[in-house]
Amino acid sequence: MVTFDHGAAALVPLAVAGPIVVACILLVAGRSVPRLAVDVTAIAAALAEAGLLAYLLSSAAGGRLVTWVAGWTPHHGYSVGIVLVVDPLGAGIALLAACLTAIALLFSTRYFESIEAHYHALILLFLSGMVGLSLTADLFNMFVFFELMGAAAYGLTAVQIEDESALQGGLNFGIVNSLGAYISLTGLGFLFARTGSVGLPQLQTGLAHHRPDALVIAAFVLVLTGFLVKGALVPFHFWLADAHAVAPAPVCVLFSGVMVPLGIYAAFRIYWAVFAPVLPLGDVRRTFLVLGALTAVVGSIMSLTQRHFKRMLAYSTIAHAGLFVVALACLSVAGTAGALLYVAGHAGVKGALFLIAGVMLSRYGSVDELALYGAGRGQKAMGWLLVAGALALAGLPPFGTALGKAVAEDAGSAAGYGWVPVLFVAVSALTAGAILRVAARVYWGLGPKPVEWSQARSSGNVGEPETRLQRLPVTMVIAIGTLLVGALVMGLLPGLHSVANRAAASFTDSAGYANQALHNVHELVAAPVTPNWTGLGLGLGFLSAGCACLVAVAGLYGSRLVKFLPGLRAFRSPIDLLHRLHSGHVGDYVAFMMVGIAALAAFVGLPLR
Amino acid sequence: MTRTVRLVVFGAGAAVVGILGVLAILVLPAFGGPAHAYRDAAVPAAVAHGTSNAVSSINFDLRGLDTFGEETIFLTSVVVIAVVLRSASDETEQRKKSAGRPLDSTVFGGLLFFPIILIVGLDVVTHGHLTPGGGFQGGVILGTGIHLLYVAGTYRLLERVRPVRPFEWSEAIGAGAFACLGISGLLLGASFLANVIPVGSFGTLFSAGTVPLLNGVVGVEVASGVVVLLSKFFEQAITVRPAHRRAAKTDDKSSSPRER
Amino acid sequence: MSHYAYFVAGWLIVIGALGIVRSRNLVQAIVCLAVAQSGTYVLLLSVGYQWGAAPPLFSEPATKPTLHVVDPLVQAMTLTDIVVSATVTSMLLAIAIQIHKRTGSIDPDELDALRG
Repeated sequence: MVTFDHGAAALVPLAVAGPIVVACILLVAGRSVPRLAVDVTAIAAALAEAGLLAYLLSSAAGGRLVTWVAGWTPHHGYSVGIVLVVDPLGAGIALLAACLTAIALLFSTRYFESIEAHYHALILLFLSGMVGLSLTADLFNMFVFFELMGAAAYGLTAVQIEDESALQGGLNFGIVNSLGAYISLTGLGFLFARTGSVGLPQLQTGLAHHRPDALVIAAFVLVLTGFLVKGALVPFHFWLADAHAVAPAPVCVLFSGVMVPLGIYAAFRIYWAVFAPVLPLGDVRRTFLVLGALTAVVGSIMSLTQRHFKRMLAYSTIAHAGLFVVALACLSVAGTAGALLYVAGHAGVKGALFLIAGVMLSRYGSVDELALYGAGRGQKAMGWLLVAGALALAGLPPFGTALGKAVAEDAGSAAGYGWVPVLFVAVSALTAGAILRVAARVYWGLGPKPVEWSQARSSGNVGEPETRLQRLPVTMVIAIGTLLVGALVMGLLPGLHSVANRAAASFTDSAGYANQALHNVHELVAAPVTPNWTGLGLGLGFLSAGCACLVAVAGLYGSRLVKFLPGLRAFRSPIDLLHRLHSGHVGDYVAFMMVGIAALAAFVGLPLR
Repeated sequence: MTRTVRLVVFGAGAAVVGILGVLAILVLPAFGGPAHAYRDAAVPAAVAHGTSNAVSSINFDLRGLDTFGEETIFLTSVVVIAVVLRSASDETEQRKKSAGRPLDSTVFGGLLFFPIILIVGLDVVTHGHLTPGGGFQGGVILGTGIHLLYVAGTYRLLERVRPVRPFEWSEAIGAGAFACLGISGLLLGASFLANVIPVGSFGTLFSAGTVPLLNGVVGVEVASGVVVLLSKFFEQAITVRPAHRRAAKTDDKSSSPRER
Repeated sequence: MSHYAYFVAGWLIVIGALGIVRSRNLVQAIVCLAVAQSGTYVLLLSVGYQWGAAPPLFSEPATKPTLHVVDPLVQAMTLTDIVVSATVTSMLLAIAIQIHKRTGSIDPDELDALRG
């Protein structure tokens, strides 16, 4: 039966098609118009997309928007078409993607001395892939948009072809993520064999009321693998540092800010929409709490012991991805709301930090902490921006990161896991402390001259900068400033926590999701109205920021510290081993991926024997 | 990690995954069974919209958004290849003199088959809604068929017949046209990628509504994309000369024993 | 065996991944990735097959067309999958060509620009 919908729901596919049309125009006309026209067109397209998504978000606030593409609405609860379900959380992530794209394109206007319209087209195609992944409710459609994101991302990583590390990073990224996607497709095949559909609501109906047998467990593990590879969960995370270290800074903004969280979003979307009624809550919760905590710990240790600044930021992204997973793994409205707020705040802060890294590379030709010791003594303004970004990452109130962190910590302890706030404070302090250490060394020249202690680490002296800057262009300052101010303002918006609660309640409402898509039943789920800040949340935020400063000081004067505490020397060897595991060899990465799938299978499957 | 350690790690993981896989496969419905819920619903829908080829109906009508995404992936990857295989700042282009010429039998075969391949490709594209085939399949036939000019002729002949720039344009225009056809459905008061054209008479060329149009658009895009893609690889192999040659690292390893 | 086709699919995926792990040549690794993906084609097509059923092509309109045909959705999904595979493989091969031009080597063991 073919029926068409009107209003906001009909515009949803336009959010996916719009950037593609503009990308095609840029590919045809890009060579014949001046660079300024290409830049302006691309930025305008991103802003228009953001506007459309903001409209969709406000329409979805009263309840999800459901549209069956080409009008193939369900008949007796079954449909042959593709369904797009826009709930507030999905629209919110898509809006974040569009805003970050506009800012990244703004920064790129002066960051690249000469670049073809192909770059702008790839960024817009990347945006449409991200938007498609956030708005769709069909598993095969998710695979298609996931691959679209991937194709554009591999190209954007390897865009600096004169740099062999960029090519290697792009190749590792491509092979590992593609293999993950094919494994997800295998899981999809299993689900299709069992239920006869590929849409998330239909899959839920097909799997409900049955025991979770080996097929359901295998399908769960395999389908989630591809998205968790993108989401950089340990041990699927090895590709991320390579890709971020070599991709240009504005591209890293998109990678860390939206692409990695989208992988985690997709994994949990599939869980809530398909598997939540079938799999026991406790098993899934335990699996992701353990893996998320492990990811956070590995990411923060690797981040603390890096000298390559962009690699340090990449490992910090991995650590925070682990924290997002821990928050989502509480499998509650509060945890999901915390994760949503934390992702939004983190996107702004991490984006700003990567742009500062780009400025560093352009000014000094290197991002190596040891080589740049004291190099930035004349540019204190940039140093202060870096300090602000680092403290924001640590969770200093009232930045959005602090708000998200506070809500997530609260959700964790409410779910009965008292170690969650400790983990959050420790991980934020470690990663932010590393960045403060870099700021102190580069822009103030504090501490004794640093020495290299491990041959296993990458130096930051790879790559040629895209342009050599003397004066900082206005567009770059605006880009960095917008991101930081946006993150700051987030924590000051009244009622934001309640909005996040409503989005989370809609996200975790499995029955409502399927009912609305298949039977057009509109039911609003109640969500608690809570104040933004609690005393405990504020306190833990200031504590993290303070600990970050301590970590930075310890890092600066650490060699003297080791004289007093020789026991610390024992840590050097395991940390060195951890560095050696991140070898840059794609065969290692695939081996660890297989171990990761085995671990997921063991965690979820063994309790159900 | 050393080779052995890597294989052991992989083996351990694969063993566990293999066990789960075997247990899952044993629970799958038996191969070739009669229960296919999607087919039971899709076949009547395809026939109702006048499409003889149910697979094409699924590709362009029932699940058109998937195909839209897929042809966008194709466009993206050709753009990526154009970016990755571009001439770097330290490279020059060099024209090698063509050495020798192909055998007479090859030239004869090429001249004979070139028009046949083009016609077959066009046929596969236009009849995608009636017989197995469609835009992708026909586009690949067309795109690779043009390269018979290289196999049976010379690289210079190929370059003269297919200037790359117009093909880059036609690829982007094809991809954009797919989106515009979809949006036109929206503007006509229906829905994105809805089948709004009258379905015509079953089994003839003018049937199935928008499906043959979308097939044609995809055919143009894929054919152009394949030409552009292969042209970049050809350039790398034939004309681009790198600025400096790094000594191949494999040379000094060839005599040392391989680690088992 | 009524599940033989599925085991073939699973085997292809695992052996493709093993190929990437063992490989000493980037081109071989990329082709092993394509082998792993061909396992997914086999799986999808096997799921949709029915013994003795016809291809999903119809010659005349009917309000109740025969349903004794193989599942067309898996064929459509496999078509999409093949396009994705071809595009990803060609992108990765392009990157491999550039790596060889820049470093003179195509052996993953010898690429050491990224570590730690």
